[in-house]
Amino acid sequence: MTVAGPLAHAGHGAAGPAWFPLFPVALLAVGYVLAAVRDPRGWDHRRTASWLVGCALLAVAVGPPAQLADDPRGHVAQHLLLGMLAPLGLVLAAPVTLLLRVAPPPVRRAVGRLLRARPLHLLAHPVTAALLTTGGLALVLLTPLYAEAERQPVLHHAVHLHYLAAGYLFAWSLAGPDPAPRRPGLAVRTGALLGAAAGHAVLAKYLYAKAESLPPGLTDRDPEAFRSAAQLMYYGGDLAELLLAAALFATWYHSRRPRPSPSPPPSPAPSPLIKKFASPEGDSLTQTS
Amino acid sequence: MVDSSLPRAPTADVRSSTLVGVLIGIAIMAAVDEIVFHQLLAWHHFYDRSTPSVALLSDGLLHAAEVTALVGGFFWFADLRRRSALSSRLAWGGFLLGAGGFQLFDGVVDHKVLRLHQIRYGVHLLPYDVLWIASGAVLLLAGVVVLWWARSRRPGAGPR
Repeated sequence: MTVAGPLAHAGHGAAGPAWFPLFPVALLAVGYVLAAVRDPRGWDHRRTASWLVGCALLAVAVGPPAQLADDPRGHVAQHLLLGMLAPLGLVLAAPVTLLLRVAPPPVRRAVGRLLRARPLHLLAHPVTAALLTTGGLALVLLTPLYAEAERQPVLHHAVHLHYLAAGYLFAWSLAGPDPAPRRPGLAVRTGALLGAAAGHAVLAKYLYAKAESLPPGLTDRDPEAFRSAAQLMYYGGDLAELLLAAALFATWYHSRRPRPSPSPPPSPAPSPLIKKFASPEGDSLTQTS
Repeated sequence: MVDSSLPRAPTADVRSSTLVGVLIGIAIMAAVDEIVFHQLLAWHHFYDRSTPSVALLSDGLLHAAEVTALVGGFFWFADLRRRSALSSRLAWGGFLLGAGGFQLFDGVVDHKVLRLHQIRYGVHLLPYDVLWIASGAVLLLAGVVVLWWARSRRPGAGPR
């Protein structure tokens, strides 16, 4: 670690670049808030809060303090924040719904088309997403990829971006309030959560047991640090799983809420997709299926 | 987990009330085993290095399942309550049945038949085994009794 460390941080160690990753995060936060203010029907403040919490976690994960921690524990903490906790906050903020509300019609149509695209359904299937997130993590930690990312800043950032994207996809496929046509039912989603969580726990224990040799390819290692990193990964993964499960079942609970049948038409079924998403039902955008 | 075609009647949903109790019972007992015996008392370790990888995998699955079942069980419970379809007597019976069933299964199959791990190492095991298995059996029997009692007095008793 001590040998690989300074090399890895040569790229973003000099003056300015350490702050650079914070710009896209700030852009995300400001963009969302501006859109929320523009929403003609009033946007739920809880969603805005959720988005800002997600952005704050992202900022902690990529900001200057995180880059000081040149330590496997730092890597695990970044992985937990980027790949598990921040995505949940972002997903629960329903950014796509917000976009559909405030964007001009051509953009809405494009988003609607994208949401109905077959490849997206395949990619956003809970099982695919689980493989991408837990499988991707295993790929990084069980192959020389980790050691390589310590040396090459570009790869380092690419790994982090993958954590974030895969984590977002997974949280969205399980519990996202955003419209998700053809999303599988509760049983499949619960199964994917179980598989991903079990895989994460097994991976953490495996890394703990083999701290002398994993991740491979490091020139200098401190097994004790890797052991405590694995422990952090295990318990942090638990917390993330708990939150994800709560979000998943809360979505289900919400969807089964008994509704007053007569007054508002419960679902404008024959209308086109976009109209449905932009319907004045407000909170019922959390509907699944 | 639950079919949405259930009638939304004000009477108790017998099957769901029992099953939700069983689910929460299993999850709580698994959590108690995991948290108290594995993590707090450390009678087995964070990771027992002599355990084969199959046991490692099963441990991860058990842990994930326990957390998921706990959260899902309580949301299911809340949904039944909201629809006034919960019989708390049946749920309690199911809870005892699930908790005792898990404890008994763990004590007999995991510890004795498959010999995945023992309750404790380096001590005389018999009193631990007897206490573990007997407590499971007592819980299981209590669950059966409560369920039988709840079912027998259900007609006319209304939802409780």
